[in-house]
Amino acid sequence: MTYMGNNSNPTVASDSRRSHDGPVIDLADLRKAARDSAQEPAMRLLIVEDDRDAADYLRKAFREAGHVVDVASDGEEGLVLAREGGYDVLVVDRMLPRRDGLALIAELRGRGDKTPALILSALGQVDDRVTGLRAGGDDYLPKPYAFSELLARVEALARRGGPQAADTVYRVADLELDRLAHRCTRAGQEIVLQPREFRLLEYLMRHAGQVVTRTMLLENVWDYHFDPQTNVIDVHVSRLRSKIDKGFDPPLLHTVRGAGYIIRDGVR
Amino acid sequence: MTAFGKLIRTTAFKLIAAYLLVFAVFAGSVIAYLGWHTQRLVTRQATEAIEKDTRFLQAQFERGGVSRLAQVVTRRARAPDAGLLLLTTYSGDALAGNVLNLPLNFLDKEGWREIDYVRSEDSVGPPSRALVHVLLLPGEFRLLVGRDVVEREELRQIIIGPALWGLALLVLLGVAGGLFVTRRVLKRIDQMTAISDGIMAGDLSGRLVVAGTGDEFDRLALSLNTMLGRIETLMAGLKEVSDNIAHDLKTPLTRLRNRAEDALRTAQGDDQWRTATEQTIEESDALIRTFDALLMIARAEAGQASASMVRFDLAETAASVAELYEPVADEAGLDVVADIPGPLPIVGVRELFAQALSNLMDNAIKYSAPDAPGARGEIRLTAMRADGRARIVVADRGPGIAEADRPRVLERFVRLEASRTRPGFGLGLSLVAAVVRLHGGTVALESNDPGLRIVIDLPLDTDENPA
Repeated sequence: MTYMGNNSNPTVASDSRRSHDGPVIDLADLRKAARDSAQEPAMRLLIVEDDRDAADYLRKAFREAGHVVDVASDGEEGLVLAREGGYDVLVVDRMLPRRDGLALIAELRGRGDKTPALILSALGQVDDRVTGLRAGGDDYLPKPYAFSELLARVEALARRGGPQAADTVYRVADLELDRLAHRCTRAGQEIVLQPREFRLLEYLMRHAGQVVTRTMLLENVWDYHFDPQTNVIDVHVSRLRSKIDKGFDPPLLHTVRGAGYIIRDGVR
Repeated sequence: MTAFGKLIRTTAFKLIAAYLLVFAVFAGSVIAYLGWHTQRLVTRQATEAIEKDTRFLQAQFERGGVSRLAQVVTRRARAPDAGLLLLTTYSGDALAGNVLNLPLNFLDKEGWREIDYVRSEDSVGPPSRALVHVLLLPGEFRLLVGRDVVEREELRQIIIGPALWGLALLVLLGVAGGLFVTRRVLKRIDQMTAISDGIMAGDLSGRLVVAGTGDEFDRLALSLNTMLGRIETLMAGLKEVSDNIAHDLKTPLTRLRNRAEDALRTAQGDDQWRTATEQTIEESDALIRTFDALLMIARAEAGQASASMVRFDLAETAASVAELYEPVADEAGLDVVADIPGPLPIVGVRELFAQALSNLMDNAIKYSAPDAPGARGEIRLTAMRADGRARIVVADRGPGIAEADRPRVLERFVRLEASRTRPGFGLGLSLVAAVVRLHGGTVALESNDPGLRIVIDLPLDTDENPA
């Protein structure tokens, strides 16, 4: 058992949730396969967190996921390290001694440093999120969080692998999504998608090869930042899956147990 | 501070003192002006009379010398309303006239003067005051012509004396009245202070006394009482909420702890450990959600979300929530019928409404999903204008809520006994209520015959041209 924390998302761990058909991958296996094949290069992360336990936990968990981690324990130290550069993503606690997280990010942005930053905060209300993002943060995750959620978001911020934002056509194996023509085809066959399904698939494909969590989908496809108590997202994904995977081989849209979803070319 | 010190320190007393001072200065000036003016008038009349007499007597002297003048002076001096007259030689011996007791050498110098004198005919009377003119005539004769200015003194006594007394009396009455009014004010203030002290000491049921006179103190007392009532309600609510929080957070915490303890004692093998850990995490996630919901309600009730209020289309939010829940409802055997004819611009926090509507959809699915396999139910979500307001109706065909229970379910943590066995936190509807209240709207629970109809009314944003 490498990842104790990875099963923390109750939407999957819970037996009360309805299970949906489709291929299921274990997150640990996914990581292991990725590491073994060295297909995914390690990210360099800077964690700025004053709580030692939390920082140690994050360092350990990110290292197990195959990433290189530096830890700073206050805002000033974080700023010094961040200015040296070379990080793919910054994970910044909002309330820090000596210089708070928002000021740290604002300072970096003022210097033209665009390294993606994720803000961790105990404040999770609408206003707090807005101020966090306004200060220059790229993503905002309220505490307490599941590590799988944090990992998925950090990887999404690093934008490894997937298509560029400017690409008008996304491709995964024989699945094609034309963002300009609003057309979706698989193996040359047209697939009719509802507008919301289109945006869902668009988001999944933009992060092809990366785990996408339910809350990420809810935030980016529906623009909601709360946690619905039912498995609303699962049913939407299940519907999408029946359109793009049913009758085709191999299945592309996988459920990652304990984390979310991933769209990718086959299972290794 | 002494009672008197307290008294003169009050605003009312200071105001009265200031008014009195200003009034006294003004009245004093008026009196002084009047007095000065009358004096001047009397003096001028006397001067004119003296000049007239002088001219006449000089003419007599020129015509008939000193003997004629002496005759005329003697005759005139005997007249009943005669002025002062005196004719002397250069050595001061009186030739004719009606004045006695002049100061020594008084007649040596010419000119105008005021003197106290005694008339020769009533030598015992008190000296009177007069304005006199002394002239040197050829031959070293001296002539004194004068008039009484007693009227002037009388006038002064008639006008200025009473005026000054009146002024003094007025100031005295003013000060006394001020003290009286101030004491009355102080008494009510002291009363209010005493009651407030009691309230601060913990007796929240205390109220200020309303005298019923409708004065400013009554108005103040009334509005303070309203405030006290609100505080008392809030405090009672707070106590109830903290009791509820203690109960509803401690129950799952206990469960969590028991489970972990049980795992520690009995779990064997990776699988059991894993299951126990998963359950622990699941339980703590549920706790976090409860906690989040509580925070959100608390913030909404405190009106703290108002900073991020913007104009947005509630109809669009309703449509999007309906769309979000449609697949889940479908799986549960429910059709979502969205009846949303047009935009509903309101000012508020979109995210909160999305959450509130999600809670309503969640509840509707939870409580109205048909039990029989293959049976279909329906959830109707309507968003429309009604009576110039935005109206959202979520209606299901479930068991509904008995009329007696309806007001209670909007409170925090209230879950009706019948639903205790189903999952949920009992916060869904209270969040809806808090969000709607924050936006100045109302929530009503009605019967859908059968089922539950939740009707939300909100003020529309009527500004058709947003900035």
